[in-house]
Amino acid sequence: MATEPLLTARGLVKRYGRVTALNNADFDLYPGEILAVIGDNGAGKSSLIKAISGAVTPDEGEILLEGKPVHFKSPMEARDAGIETVYQNLALSPALSIADNMFLGREIRKPGIMGNWFRMLDRGAMEKRAREKLTELGLMTIQNISQAVETLSGGQRQGVAVARAAAFGSKVVIMDEPTAALGVKESRRVLELILDVKRRGLPIVLISHNMPHVFEVADRIHIHRLGRRLTVIDPKEYSMSDAVAFMTGAKAPPEAAIAA
Amino acid sequence: MSDASADARRPQEFEKVLSGSDTSVASFDTHTRSPIEKIQHFLHSNPAAVPLIVLVTSVALFGLIIGGKFFSAFSMTLILQQVAITGIIGAAQTLVILTAGIDLSVGAIMVLSSVVMGQFTFRYGLPPSLAILCGFAVGALCGWINGVLVSYMKLPPFIVTLGTWQIVLATNFLYSANETIRAQDIEAQAPILQFFGANFRLGNAVFTYGVVAMVLLVAVLWYILNHTAWGRHVYAIGDDPEAAQLSGVRVNRVLISVYVISGLVCALGGWMLIGRIGSVSPTAGQFANIESITAVVIGGISLFGGRGSILGMLFGALIVGVFQLGLRLIGTDPQWTYLLIGTLIIIAVAIDQWIRKVAG
Repeated sequence: MATEPLLTARGLVKRYGRVTALNNADFDLYPGEILAVIGDNGAGKSSLIKAISGAVTPDEGEILLEGKPVHFKSPMEARDAGIETVYQNLALSPALSIADNMFLGREIRKPGIMGNWFRMLDRGAMEKRAREKLTELGLMTIQNISQAVETLSGGQRQGVAVARAAAFGSKVVIMDEPTAALGVKESRRVLELILDVKRRGLPIVLISHNMPHVFEVADRIHIHRLGRRLTVIDPKEYSMSDAVAFMTGAKAPPEAAIAA
Repeated sequence: MSDASADARRPQEFEKVLSGSDTSVASFDTHTRSPIEKIQHFLHSNPAAVPLIVLVTSVALFGLIIGGKFFSAFSMTLILQQVAITGIIGAAQTLVILTAGIDLSVGAIMVLSSVVMGQFTFRYGLPPSLAILCGFAVGALCGWINGVLVSYMKLPPFIVTLGTWQIVLATNFLYSANETIRAQDIEAQAPILQFFGANFRLGNAVFTYGVVAMVLLVAVLWYILNHTAWGRHVYAIGDDPEAAQLSGVRVNRVLISVYVISGLVCALGGWMLIGRIGSVSPTAGQFANIESITAVVIGGISLFGGRGSILGMLFGALIVGVFQLGLRLIGTDPQWTYLLIGTLIIIAVAIDQWIRKVAG
């Protein structure tokens, strides 16, 4: 590839007691692509993603964002650096409204005395921006921005979580199993959302067990095995059964792909 | 292989039928609701409505039964005076319960703060205003200890405050040597300690400064809980602490601040307690923790956290006050009050569970 990777990890190691979850793992994400990360259970995908999103601090190795080393100690620091994560459990507060949820942890305060002295929230501004974001992603069929998230369906909640990430993620959006808990129709909608986010220029890291979904949207597929990157394949050149074979160790990966 | 790649960009085989299906995937469910569902939704978004309705109904009922003796400015403001301390301690309890915690030590912190305010003035000869500040500092310290144990040590709030309740209460008795400071002495030497007991009249209505302080405190906390980021974070933590953490809420820091503020509010309650009973007594306010939890629960605030309004707590405290005064004026055995309050608590929790089903 001609372009420089946006997000790079080299030689990541993470041990939990005597278990080594990450064993010299590498990772590369290029601008504007959808990179799927697949791997068997226990292969260390979630540890890898947690290291990149700041949820865990790796014991060894380095992470580079736009060529500069970063050391995230919490998801907040990764967020401040422009990396947004949509967690599998969505990390939404059910009793709070859609707008409150989208701005949780980064609320907008009113200008002037009301905001500075009385720290009053600017509900109007937050609701307006939340509505804009949901409209951009074609989710504005959710009519009432101040309705509680718990009154939404699973797909709608996923939409709110994706909209939140897309609204604030300036560099990378990470999605952990975005379709795992959804029905066929809602999955389709979320896949369209992912492609929408990509079209807006944001690169996406997609963690999924669903091979058809991975092969449909991904530009490249990172296969994780035994705590490290086994290979990166192009979904146009390999079939789903090849990917599963690499992932489970049934077949050795091609030499050329390892170098990529 | 190239065929497969061309295929990959299109919907998969089993999904092709979707093009013919209903496309309103993310649409808002607009089926007409039955009246019961409408009520459920209304209560879901207005958690203080149930206690307000109960309050207005009970005032009206007692007014009808007893007449002018109950339905007068004097009696109404008497109720306010009687619930002032429960309202203050209930406000502290509300903050903690909204984070899905519970604070059994509120009453003990209140009494210890009042004893510190009194003893620092009379034993060490500190200026009363400085002694009051020391009382607030002690309240904040107790709250901070609760907060650290709950947030960083990850101990269950019920156990933590069950422990600190005993510790604080024992400290209170040991430190004060079970000694009461007489009202006359306070009046002569440190009248500021009784500040919240002073009253003013508007016609027949009698307001103590304590009542005014309680209403102001609830109003200020209502504003903070609903219109500041901190307030939203309190609700988010009560709802789902992990989700709040991942959304960028500094959960431990907010939890500690909740317990510290709760401790400060309890100290304010301790100051008001001196105004209410006149003296400084280490044995006062024994049931403040149970009374505050009662007010919170009748006020429709969920013990599971994240739901309810502090205004509901105030209505809950007033409902208890209305029942107590009303039944006393009717002249029944006071046990009837407890029987009715107990029933109200159970009904309130049942309604909370029902409202929660709106999400399903």
